[in-house]
Amino acid sequence: MIRKLLLFPAFLLLSNLFFAQKGVVSGYVKNELNLGLPFVKIQLKGQNIGATSDGSGFYELNVPDISSGTLVYTLLGFEKQEVALTGKKTIDITLKESINENQEVVVVGYGSAKSKEFTGANSKVNGENIEKLNITRVDQALQGQVAGVNISTNSGSPGGSSNIRIRGLSTFGDNDPLILVDGIVYDSEGLNALNPSDIKSINVLKDATAGIYGVRAANGVIIVETKKGSLNSKPQIEYNAFYGLQQTSRKLDLLNATEYAIIKNEMFGLGGQAMPFNNTNLGDGTSWQDSVFQSAPIQSHNLSINGGTLNTRYSIGLGYLTQDGIVGGPKANFSRYNARLNFSTDLSSKLKLNSVLLYSNDSRSTLPENGIGSVLYNTINAFPTVPIKKPNGQFSYMEEVSDIINPIAQMQNQYNWNIANKVVGKEEFIYNFNDHLSFTNRINYNAAIVDGKVFSPLVWYGDGKYANTALNEDLESPTVEIATGTEIERGAAVYEERSTFVDLTFESYMNYERTFDSIHKIKGTGGVSIFQRKGNSLNGTAFGIPNNSVDYADISANTAQGGYLNNVNSWEFKERLVSAFLRAEYSLKDRYLFSTILRRDGSSKFGPNSRYGFFPTFSAGWILSDESFYKIKFIDYAKVRLSYGVSGNDQIPNFAYRGLLNGEGVYVFDDLITQGVAIGRPSNPDLKWETTRQLNVGLDLTFWKKLDFTTNYFIKNTFDLLFQPDVTAILGSYGPGGYPPIINAGNVSNKGLELELAYHLKKFKDFSADLNVNVTTLSNKVTKVPTGIDYIPGASFSVGGDVATRFQEGYEIGYFFGYETAGVFQTQDEIDNAAVVQEGAKPGDLIFVDQNGDGVINFNDDSDKTNLGSPIPDFTFGFSFNLRYKGFDVSGMVYSAIGQEIIRNFERQQPYANQLGYVIDRWTGPGSTNEHPRLTTEATRNNIFSSYFVEDGSFARLKNIQIGYTLPKKILKRIKVESLRFYIAGNNLLTLTKYQGFDPDISSSSALSAGVDYGFYPQAKNIMGGVQLKF
Amino acid sequence: MRKIGLISFLLVCFAFLSGCEKFLSVDPPYSQDVENFFQSPEDYDRALTGAYDMLQGSFMTLWIGEIASDNAIAGGESVNDSQGLHQIDNMTHGGVNNELRNVFRWNYTGITRANYILEHKDNIDFVGKDHILAEAKFLRAYYYFELVKYFGDVPLIIDKRIGIEEALQIPRSPKSEVYAQIEKDFSEAAQVLNPIAAQKGRATKGAALAFLGKVYLYQNKFSDAAATFDEVINSGSYSLIPNYNDLFSVANENNSETVFDVQYTGLEGGSYGCLICLEGNAAVGFQGIRQYNGPVYGDGNSYNLPTQELYDAFSPIDSRRTATVLDIDAFIAAQPNASSITYAIGAGGHTGFYNNKYIKRQGEIGLPDNDLTSPVNYRVMRFADVLLMAAEAHYQLGNASQAQSLVNQVRTRAGVPGITVNSIDKIYKERRYELSGEGLRFFDLVRTGQAADYIQGFVPGKHELFPIPQVEIDLAGGNWAQNPGY
Repeated sequence: MIRKLLLFPAFLLLSNLFFAQKGVVSGYVKNELNLGLPFVKIQLKGQNIGATSDGSGFYELNVPDISSGTLVYTLLGFEKQEVALTGKKTIDITLKESINENQEVVVVGYGSAKSKEFTGANSKVNGENIEKLNITRVDQALQGQVAGVNISTNSGSPGGSSNIRIRGLSTFGDNDPLILVDGIVYDSEGLNALNPSDIKSINVLKDATAGIYGVRAANGVIIVETKKGSLNSKPQIEYNAFYGLQQTSRKLDLLNATEYAIIKNEMFGLGGQAMPFNNTNLGDGTSWQDSVFQSAPIQSHNLSINGGTLNTRYSIGLGYLTQDGIVGGPKANFSRYNARLNFSTDLSSKLKLNSVLLYSNDSRSTLPENGIGSVLYNTINAFPTVPIKKPNGQFSYMEEVSDIINPIAQMQNQYNWNIANKVVGKEEFIYNFNDHLSFTNRINYNAAIVDGKVFSPLVWYGDGKYANTALNEDLESPTVEIATGTEIERGAAVYEERSTFVDLTFESYMNYERTFDSIHKIKGTGGVSIFQRKGNSLNGTAFGIPNNSVDYADISANTAQGGYLNNVNSWEFKERLVSAFLRAEYSLKDRYLFSTILRRDGSSKFGPNSRYGFFPTFSAGWILSDESFYKIKFIDYAKVRLSYGVSGNDQIPNFAYRGLLNGEGVYVFDDLITQGVAIGRPSNPDLKWETTRQLNVGLDLTFWKKLDFTTNYFIKNTFDLLFQPDVTAILGSYGPGGYPPIINAGNVSNKGLELELAYHLKKFKDFSADLNVNVTTLSNKVTKVPTGIDYIPGASFSVGGDVATRFQEGYEIGYFFGYETAGVFQTQDEIDNAAVVQEGAKPGDLIFVDQNGDGVINFNDDSDKTNLGSPIPDFTFGFSFNLRYKGFDVSGMVYSAIGQEIIRNFERQQPYANQLGYVIDRWTGPGSTNEHPRLTTEATRNNIFSSYFVEDGSFARLKNIQIGYTLPKKILKRIKVESLRFYIAGNNLLTLTKYQGFDPDISSSSALSAGVDYGFYPQAKNIMGGVQLKF
Repeated sequence: MRKIGLISFLLVCFAFLSGCEKFLSVDPPYSQDVENFFQSPEDYDRALTGAYDMLQGSFMTLWIGEIASDNAIAGGESVNDSQGLHQIDNMTHGGVNNELRNVFRWNYTGITRANYILEHKDNIDFVGKDHILAEAKFLRAYYYFELVKYFGDVPLIIDKRIGIEEALQIPRSPKSEVYAQIEKDFSEAAQVLNPIAAQKGRATKGAALAFLGKVYLYQNKFSDAAATFDEVINSGSYSLIPNYNDLFSVANENNSETVFDVQYTGLEGGSYGCLICLEGNAAVGFQGIRQYNGPVYGDGNSYNLPTQELYDAFSPIDSRRTATVLDIDAFIAAQPNASSITYAIGAGGHTGFYNNKYIKRQGEIGLPDNDLTSPVNYRVMRFADVLLMAAEAHYQLGNASQAQSLVNQVRTRAGVPGITVNSIDKIYKERRYELSGEGLRFFDLVRTGQAADYIQGFVPGKHELFPIPQVEIDLAGGNWAQNPGY
């Protein structure tokens, strides 16, 4: 030190002697938005000479020599910049923001890592790309954008949810990943509340490095960061809006009235029954689809203000979205209001506060969907020979089939509202002891009040309909005898519910980072997390709503005499999770990277026998391209990664290990309903979490600085699956309110390869382009089922029909199991001389394949059934592009899933139900067709579950296309507008598929009914126009 | 120093974890648990109500007992509507049958609920406990008897609940062992139960004895049966009501002829999704006249339709014919405004007849959906049945004259002349006249070895028993042999 001090003046003296030209350097420091930056430190490198920029960003500095030395510009939150002095007296400079703007940084849980240093497998989607999609729910942003993440839709209705599956189906129960919004746990059902416009980035942790989240990480982790302001920037106001019209992406080919009448006459005639239509010349009749589907508006408005001062950053957002349904219009509306405040400030030089507050109010009305009794199920099966309304103005009845009701009347009679008010946020304090060590304490909260209301008017759909609530066509109310001789009218009913959920998380952790001898870098993270979720609900039903009118749909309006009939109910639960975690990282020479994670969790979801779990992970990386021997010129960057670790899944209902007396034990004594008790779910004290062991091998390459290539191969094995399979009847759990116990049984394996390719053409004249392609292959296999059980039955086919899907060793989860068909019997001779005896077969019936080769088709057991496909795609493919030329831009996204099958299960197999157009090609005599069986009302086996009802579900869909124009800056400057862009966009404009149903992109939250189509609410196709305005 | 700080911080974290057992022991708020139950007499009583609840699944026997026999066809909307019943109707049923699976599941649930009480019989002592335990035994015996009638050998589980692992090891117990347990339970129940129930709907001494006698009869233990039935008859607790036509109305429920009814009410709605959850009698609405619009009856789903053969079997002067079988066209024609009365024919089959004992009637309609919420009780043990079973037992013991007097008591009430009982077949025939439409016929035909003579497609050696649902065999570990012939 002393020597340095001595040398220093000597050096100064020396340089002055020969070159020194003293002078003043001045200039202007601004950010990328051309705003002056105050408080920028300007320092002559290596010397004790410096200055600070003023409130407008101007600075002045006396330097000993204006043509030698280097000026260093620093400002917290911005990248450091150095400029060599060359004799110029004015140096203007633009500083780039550094914090999180830098794509290279990934948030990995209780800390962040430079992408280069990260040893796990992750994928990231940026806010701009999300905005381009014009989506209403955040999960839709991931479809086709990220390899290894499969998003499939549960319902196309407004506010309908998607299934997020990271690296396949690994469990029987809840396959949803852990979702964290700014570090706050967010359940996937609650995603409706999140405004996609508020999102800055989504990072998906796919491999075992997600294990820092331990018992909740087995399905992967999705880390969402909301937008933040920038330090030292003036307020920037942004307004984005779009308006669009939605239509169904598809209508089905159904029989018209004439076709229907002819087909039904034939069916009844061949069944030996009277033909229902004397005259079959009935024209087209009613197209129920045309009346049910409508053009529905969607609009969205978002306003945000971002900015910051020297030590404070803020971002404020307001949003509004409203969307009507293509079925039901306002009866299927989804609306959402959002408000957001992100605020960070330095409370002192060492203590920093990060504060996030997200408020949302979303409301949703729904129609019955995706099942028997749904509007679309009724639409498909309604008779085209019946008008929507009778001449007297009444809705027509379709009395011949008891469970098909007039879908238009049904929609009109639906009244329900579900409103969620949600406040999510965190207060995070970070204390920096020094440059190496920081201590973070934070409280996260997620509170929601969910209000629901259902009004059930007295309705009448015709004699014998299951959905009737009135006594007759005149909507007379049924009466109830409340005491001997005292009858009161039940009337219309209203159900109201309020549920409250409060999550609180306290987290405390330390981060340490230091480099020793310039080559040994160590990072450490360790801490604890305590989580509690509480929920309670109070609900009530009231009868005797006046005038059968929705105007009085409130419990307060009930007229039930003496409060008889009205009833109330409530529930409450609480769950807790306590965790400790530790992550240690070491890198040698910045190219040999090692990381290890340990996590211990204790969860109240499990019994004392198995309450704690331990989850270790190890990962490593090697940056080849930094080696001296590395000589491949066109690959600028090369890195290999490896990770292996254990994580858990605790997504089961609370108290599942305990036997609960929540069954229904109600009997009638002395003519009165007497409440007793019964076991609902039997106990399983040994219940523990599933564990997933995952191996990941990855490779990252960059070619010519333009083309990024990432590939991962993974083997993900899940053990001790938590599920609630059908169990043997002798356990006695199949009474009212009873259900099987949750058990740990079975293993599943997922293997796959993911490829991601990104091409960035920065600037070529006025042209720039981004292209992204990702491909995922997946092979899913059940490797073990519970001891003593061959398979677990899943969804059933048709009404009360065969079990069509299974969970079975050696097959994919939920694969389809039934009879394989081999054409149609043409003649009685063919049946008589067939090598295989098929009991009851007549000419025109489907030929089934004798799988076990015993010469007989066995209908009494499963010996002749076989694998008919699975709902899991063999591979999925996403392609997105973004091209810009001068002010114009075009972007789009294509998503495709190939190799999955769908069970066509929306046809009501009843004589009068309408049918799809393919029945026109039915078998009518020898040689007529070898594909479609004869139609008859007599008993045949053509309707049992067979490959006849299984279709190829592969599809490719243009999810989004958008064309925009940004006005030139010159024009905008005059009106003081920073940027103005107009665009038109279309979603789901084109779908290529062979599937006959409404939408091939179907799913179900239950793994075993994923590929069963009950009349799926299709995703809308829409065309939108929008504007993006920045001040 | 800093490193030491960090390490000690982490140690605290992990140590803290081990100390949070208490924090993680969260009990379900405000709920009683399976394991901490049976703390008070009320707990026993409520669990017993839960065990009674499963009786309401007996409507399935009202269907299958008729449809499997020569008395009725399955009917319904189409042949795919309750496919299992159509298969049973045609004697083409096999190991995949939802209705049979329900019978299997529901009765085992009843057994489990009764066992749950008996497992905890020693928890506390209180006055009246013996009575609760006796009712539990009665119910357990009832459920096992149902299972034995349908499936023969079945796993016998007594006084305990079993876990998943144990379930995979349990074999089917021989029918004789199951019968022995049923006899034991009914006998023990009969010793404790009162002749008159404290509440309408509860098991009585008479009910336990009547079922015990029936169980003996099913095993051809005629002298035990005769003695047991005589005890019921001689108790004086029961008598035939004067008018046969009044037997099946809601107004006349729980009368002097009622030995045991499964109780139903129309006061609670329900859904098709869970027929066992209903408090109403699903059979009644389902057996209603399809899309009927007219007086007296309500509309229904045209299930379980009596055959022409059954109608013809009655003597025209026997008033029980019209009380048992409704000739729908004749009925409509007899109404003053016949032309305005309509009904529809289901594609599942039509005979022109409806079950007039259990049918939806105006004035007996429950809450919506009233196809599911009929308040009509299922009369599973009527005194007339006891008299006829007693007659059968006595006849088999060589006591024809006593048999004749018992049979003629029943005939006299029905308003038909007495007969000379000179063959067992006459008693069998009388059972059909008296008890058709009540779910007994198929089991009577099997029990008396007559099934093959009356039921088309009945294969002796096979159809005496129903197959155990294949899926249940699989779920129980696949160790049970299927019943012969399936």
